[in-house]
Amino acid sequence: MRESTSFKVIRVVGLAALTLFTVAPLYVMIVSGLKPLSDVQGAFSWIPSHVTVQPFVDIWRTIPLARYFSNSVIVSVSAAAFSVLIAIFASYAISRWDFRGRQLFRITVLSTQMFPGILFLLPLYLIFVNIGQTTGIALQGSRVGLIITYLTFSLPFSIWMLVGYFETIPRGLDEAARVDGAGPMRTLWSVVLPAAKPGIVAVGIYSFMTAWGETLFASVMTNDTSKTLAIGLREYSTQISVYWNQVMAASLVVSVPVVVGFLLLQRYLVQGLTAGAVK
Amino acid sequence: MTATDTAVREGRRAGKGSKDSRVRRVARHRWLPYVLLAPAIIFELLVHVIPMLTGIGISFLKLNQFFLRRWLEAPFAGLSNYRYGVDFHGSIGMALLKSFGVTIAFTIVVVGFSWLLGMFAAVMLQRSFRGRALLRTLFLIPYALPVYAGVIVWKFMLSRDNGMVNHLLAQLHITDGHTFWLLGNNAFVSIVVVAVWRLWPFALLTLMAGMQSLPTDVYEAAAVDGAGMWQQFRKLTLPMLRGINQVLILVLFLWTFNDFNVPYTLFSSSIPPSADLISIHVYQSSFLTWNFGLGSAMSVLLLLFLLVVTGLYLLFTSRRSRRA
Repeated sequence: MRESTSFKVIRVVGLAALTLFTVAPLYVMIVSGLKPLSDVQGAFSWIPSHVTVQPFVDIWRTIPLARYFSNSVIVSVSAAAFSVLIAIFASYAISRWDFRGRQLFRITVLSTQMFPGILFLLPLYLIFVNIGQTTGIALQGSRVGLIITYLTFSLPFSIWMLVGYFETIPRGLDEAARVDGAGPMRTLWSVVLPAAKPGIVAVGIYSFMTAWGETLFASVMTNDTSKTLAIGLREYSTQISVYWNQVMAASLVVSVPVVVGFLLLQRYLVQGLTAGAVK
Repeated sequence: MTATDTAVREGRRAGKGSKDSRVRRVARHRWLPYVLLAPAIIFELLVHVIPMLTGIGISFLKLNQFFLRRWLEAPFAGLSNYRYGVDFHGSIGMALLKSFGVTIAFTIVVVGFSWLLGMFAAVMLQRSFRGRALLRTLFLIPYALPVYAGVIVWKFMLSRDNGMVNHLLAQLHITDGHTFWLLGNNAFVSIVVVAVWRLWPFALLTLMAGMQSLPTDVYEAAAVDGAGMWQQFRKLTLPMLRGINQVLILVLFLWTFNDFNVPYTLFSSSIPPSADLISIHVYQSSFLTWNFGLGSAMSVLLLLFLLVVTGLYLLFTSRRSRRA
């Protein structure tokens, strides 16, 4: 197929502009993280006066970054793992048994995106405090409370996507497994799950990213011991002067796990979206 | 008891016929889907449904810091919280109305730009050329970054004395390089740019996924018939993506309207009025003044608005796509 010259010009100019828009902050983050403090206290410079990795050493001492980091890892990994597990069960039920109201389900999923988080933040906080007072199970301010909260955030989308994915798996495979004497759970384990691996991986990344980036609930439901990166990173700025080089270095460090995971697995994410969302 | 029980069970196991086992399996299958769905439903109830209903209840209470520890005993306030919220002559109602207006403007601009950029890039990346895979990956990075990390970089870039934006504008002789980007009306421009930077890759990702499933033969037929790029886009791509666009635009709208992370990270605690988005407005009304009844009433009003808009949107777009 021939492409006209004007189309090629538009493509080159448009994509170049978008590339600059996308890359500028990434450049600033990486370069500023390699600058000495004096470089970021004056006017901006495109190139460091001398390159230093000192900010990447200092970030761990200025604030207890390691603790926030491990909190974020524990909370996000647990939330993602439970969310995926629960979504697998629910999606299997929806895709393999006759349920009425598939359209209703689709609307319900969309409507959970609609709730302003602020509407259930406060009641959830009060409920967690009350559960703590009556049963002694400390949910408020604990990582467990945060895990429970986060796993439900990604659940609707995960179920939606996995149902679409499971439905692309031919029923003939299920039938074959049943003829071989496998029960429904065995069929899920040995037939459906292996075939749906890309979808499950995509849902896992999505859940992890959701938990890793959440700020609103973390700002209210964590304390000094359970604080996650989303809240902890603000502490570089509440010092008397802002250590911008350290802020940039820390931003880079906390971004690496999600960005690397995302980029390695983006093929699965796009596949999963195609199977789940396009339906 | 155990002896007879075991004996009976042994007997059953030994004598179970094929018919018996089939009946039992069907019976087991009947409740299995509900068991499989149960965890999802329980957690959704605990974190979404029950708190939401509680929130609606709280909006009718006079709940402040005195009653926080024993909030179930807070006095009933009737509709007074709502009256404060929609009394546009009072300072609270006026501030809420302003914040609502800012949020509407913010949402329209951000969703519009994010969708346009996402659509443009998706079409440009539809055909293969050298470097396409690299660009596709690069464009998705802002969406992959944690919100607070990406936005805090913008906060640094937009700072008046140390920032890259002022430096660049001065180098290009566009401004004198001393603009306050995070204060006054400039704050609105800044928050729009940051929100678009973060959101448009999601539009791109969704549209790219949608375009992968479009048949290629219709494009070839259209090209044979002499249809240009623009015509192919208008007559083929856009109609075939209607279903995806319907969902995508709704999701972009809801996320943007409810956005809390971007203003919270970009401005810390002092939000300029021009960027006072509704989520952060309600948050500050609740957690800084500890007036939770009023905050909840505002949230309920917000939910009602979103329900109406979403309902109308789905009604309108579904009817149009049926007619088409």
